[in-house]
Amino acid sequence: MIRLENVTHAYGDRVVVDGVSLELSEHRIGLIGANGSGKSTLARMLNGLVVPDAGRVLVDGLDTRTHAREVRRRVGFVFSDADTQIIMPTVAEDVRIGLRGSGLGRAEIEERVDAVLARHGLADHRDHPAHLLSGGQKQMLALASVMVTEPRVLVCDEPTTLLDLRNVRIVTETLRALPQQVILLTHHLDTLAGFDRVLVMDAGRIVFDGAPEAAVEYYVDLMGQHS
Amino acid sequence: MNTIGLYVPGTSLPYRIPAGAKLLVLLGVVTVLLVLGDPWVSLGAAAAVVLLYPLFGLAGHLWHAFRPVLLFLAVVAAFHLLLTDAQTAVRVCSQLAAAVLLAGLVTRTTRVSEMLALFERLARPLRRVGVRPERVGLVLALTIRCIPMVAQSWRTSREAYLARGLSGGAHRMVVPVIVNLIRSAEALGAAMNARGID
Repeated sequence: MIRLENVTHAYGDRVVVDGVSLELSEHRIGLIGANGSGKSTLARMLNGLVVPDAGRVLVDGLDTRTHAREVRRRVGFVFSDADTQIIMPTVAEDVRIGLRGSGLGRAEIEERVDAVLARHGLADHRDHPAHLLSGGQKQMLALASVMVTEPRVLVCDEPTTLLDLRNVRIVTETLRALPQQVILLTHHLDTLAGFDRVLVMDAGRIVFDGAPEAAVEYYVDLMGQHS
Repeated sequence: MNTIGLYVPGTSLPYRIPAGAKLLVLLGVVTVLLVLGDPWVSLGAAAAVVLLYPLFGLAGHLWHAFRPVLLFLAVVAAFHLLLTDAQTAVRVCSQLAAAVLLAGLVTRTTRVSEMLALFERLARPLRRVGVRPERVGLVLALTIRCIPMVAQSWRTSREAYLARGLSGGAHRMVVPVIVNLIRSAEALGAAMNARGID
């Protein structure tokens, strides 16, 4: 379980997350909000990429400030721009590098890499240059590269933003099928259908916390008031 | 092909030979050719390496491997024909061709990860002076990874430049390309952190 205790974070004078307290235990959680609402910073805190200025984030009781490595093993993170997540030259190599230092044997590593590539529809691209994949395939690779480490929680920061409708559907269906807890930040509001809980963020605060339909309605109203 | 246009998936004999052994063969062949210094041996070696490409299922890649050095070989040949003699021109050019084609064969049949693992192993003795071999491998991998990133950044900036009806002045793209690369490097760093790679 992830617990945020009165978490605040600012970039210079600009407070982007303002005294947020939450417990995140549901299987599927959505987080929506306008650009600049603070949701990406909040999401990064869940994986220890951003450490709060005040308050603390606990993942299974581990403070992200002092246990970043253990937290990252538990919480995987997928960004919106898959291109910048590709570290290694080929598809299989990029997936494999996440298992470096895992203590697994060579055969077991290859088995896991093959399995995760097959699950994400990339088995035929195993030795292909990662940067030549299509946008959708790159996002699937980003997902596969994180999933190979078998995190308990997956945080996805707008993973479908740069994709066409077909790939949005593929990535969304893949996320839905994962056994892990998924925390999804998105502007594609229809992808939140069936989620257990959706949070709406505005000006660094959680302004709504409830069922997807009600959250989307609240968010649409909120955006109407801002415009 | 690989990121920098090298590795070609396959199953023939060189794919089954470890990267270290292939590099040793490459080093050995080049050393022997240089020590012997015989134009006919060098020419024979170059011809033999040419035959290895179709033999190992890489016939279609021979021209790709040879093309980058063709102009250079022509300049070297012209230089020797003018200043030394035909035999020297044949010797030097065939030594170069043999070395380049053999190196091309090694890189086309060796995954980057295998090569990086080899460099990591070779860097292990440096652990005594504080160098982390796995970091050496990672730095090399990132260097290779960044080649298409730089090319993409250049392409994007150039397209934006042309789309606004501007032309010429390639130097004007330097700043946006660098800004783009810094952003990409930051994002890449964040992604590596998120994946627990340090």
